[in-house]
Amino acid sequence: MTTRHTITLNDAVYETTFTKKFAHRKPFVPKDPRRLTAVIPGLILDLLVKPGDRVRAGQGLLILEAMKMQNHISAHDEGTIKAIHVAPGDTVTKGQLLVEFE
Amino acid sequence: MSLPKKMKEHAVKHAEATEPHPESARKQAAQGKLQARERITAILDAASFHEYDLFVEHKCSDFGMEKKQLPGDGVITGTGTILGHPVAIFAQDFTVAGGSLGLAHARKITKIMDHAIKLGIPLIGINDSGGARIQEGVNSLAGYGEIFYRNTLASGVIPQISIILGPCAGGAVYSPALTDFVFVVDKISKMFITGPEVIKTVLGEEISMEDLGGARVQAELSGNAHFYAQSEAECFEQVKRLVTYIPWNNRKKADAFSPIPPRTQLSLEQIIPAESNKPYDVRDVLRAVADGSDFMEVQALWAANIVVGFARMNGRTVGMVANQPMVLAGVLDVDSSDKAGRFIRFCDAFNIPLVTFVDLPGYLPGVDQEHAGVIRHGAKLLYAYSEASVPKITVILRKAYGGGYIAMCSRHLGADFVFAWPCAEIAVMGPEGAANIIFKGEIAAAADPEAFRKEKVKEYTEKFASPYVAAANGHVDAVIAPHQTRDFLLHALAISEHKTEQRPDRKHGVPPF
Repeated sequence: MTTRHTITLNDAVYETTFTKKFAHRKPFVPKDPRRLTAVIPGLILDLLVKPGDRVRAGQGLLILEAMKMQNHISAHDEGTIKAIHVAPGDTVTKGQLLVEFE
Repeated sequence: MSLPKKMKEHAVKHAEATEPHPESARKQAAQGKLQARERITAILDAASFHEYDLFVEHKCSDFGMEKKQLPGDGVITGTGTILGHPVAIFAQDFTVAGGSLGLAHARKITKIMDHAIKLGIPLIGINDSGGARIQEGVNSLAGYGEIFYRNTLASGVIPQISIILGPCAGGAVYSPALTDFVFVVDKISKMFITGPEVIKTVLGEEISMEDLGGARVQAELSGNAHFYAQSEAECFEQVKRLVTYIPWNNRKKADAFSPIPPRTQLSLEQIIPAESNKPYDVRDVLRAVADGSDFMEVQALWAANIVVGFARMNGRTVGMVANQPMVLAGVLDVDSSDKAGRFIRFCDAFNIPLVTFVDLPGYLPGVDQEHAGVIRHGAKLLYAYSEASVPKITVILRKAYGGGYIAMCSRHLGADFVFAWPCAEIAVMGPEGAANIIFKGEIAAAADPEAFRKEKVKEYTEKFASPYVAAANGHVDAVIAPHQTRDFLLHALAISEHKTEQRPDRKHGVPPF
């Protein structure tokens, strides 16, 4: 069942239906630099830092195995680790929260 | 009028047309932006700029436009040199009617574009414009269309560079999109088709200009920009550097420089880790073989799982393409295929040989990739490599599995030379997956399935995860030690200098855009 909607573009009103993709779209949220999320699904092999640690930009935080590779996930910026939401052996999905910075 | 009077008149007219309006100049400076003229001077060699069409005026007489005098109609055009290379250049002047594009403005741009195409010299466009000059109505749109048409005709004939130094919105943004390289500067560049206002009224979504189409977004998320800089000065240095790598036009080769050896501290043996599941920065490999270890990366921030850019070998420009194991394990996906495909086509159009470095586990599996059309986008890479007739040389560093192996300029896509390091693994798929499939039945039936599986993985690894099966079939020309790489590449490039390849006659191919 498709619902009809109207949109106004340059003062003209159009009747239209929305695609499924449009109806399910998520509002834009700017990326929060304090939340590190997984860019690829995989397995957490090792944690290189613990909560409270002060890290430099580029410092390794954890190792995420994916696509036959032990990917080193490093800090984008300097900061202090607030919380780590994964443990070695955890399988993570894409976009899952891994580490939070203060 | 006496001659001295005429000379004086010229001086006055010239000054009137070139001196910026103080108030608008102040506004421009307050945003950290240079004046259009200052930008041209900063990019070009000292005193090399020669301006044309300074006295062009608009002919619009609607909405009070007949009373408005717009110096140069808001755009400065001319020719000059960058480090001795000739270029045609135009710069939109935001201080004149917001750099808005009317017919006279557009005709100045198309005239300098026509010059550039005829003369066979690169075109540089500096975009800083509020958009269409609404008072001119459809004539303004006509102007845009005439620019797009020439951008397309010039594509693959002369290099086209766009520098976005202000807003570039609506139809205007399609001109940069049709050019070869787009430069953006943090907090200054804004690119979008429909701005935040329209998005808010039509869809009710709120977003800032910076989040929608700022420099960082275009360089990192959308891939619309190729080079990102923190300041206009840094951006101009990037433009100058790029110009040294590319030829004037498609009938020429890029200028030769004196060959310099790579800086010796880079050792290939130390760059690649012993275990094939350990990442490393493939750019260290590129720098270890490039003249002076100089590598100019293109689109460094977007789709970083593939690295593309320019370097010199034996003083001549080469285009380098390499999987980046450090990012997403170096997989091919929608964005990386798109990025590399475009770069390869630029190199092929402008006689720049391609050197490809392979280390990838394959295409990225995933629902989002499949639904985003990885089939069609991935095909762009195959198309671009197969279509390219410049010298194509491939070095397989480590992993080359499945479709990824074929896509990364394999012999089968027309590579002239394929070299592999002794640690190369060339196979249909990784040993784990292969053993699981081939011995599925046996593994299930074995007394100790896990031990049996491990044994079969080991067997498969020893037999196929090496360069020698490929070498035995002639798919690899030579298995070389890492330290021999530069020597093999230099030789292969030198003897490919006059490569010719016959292709079936056609108007043009139909790549999977």
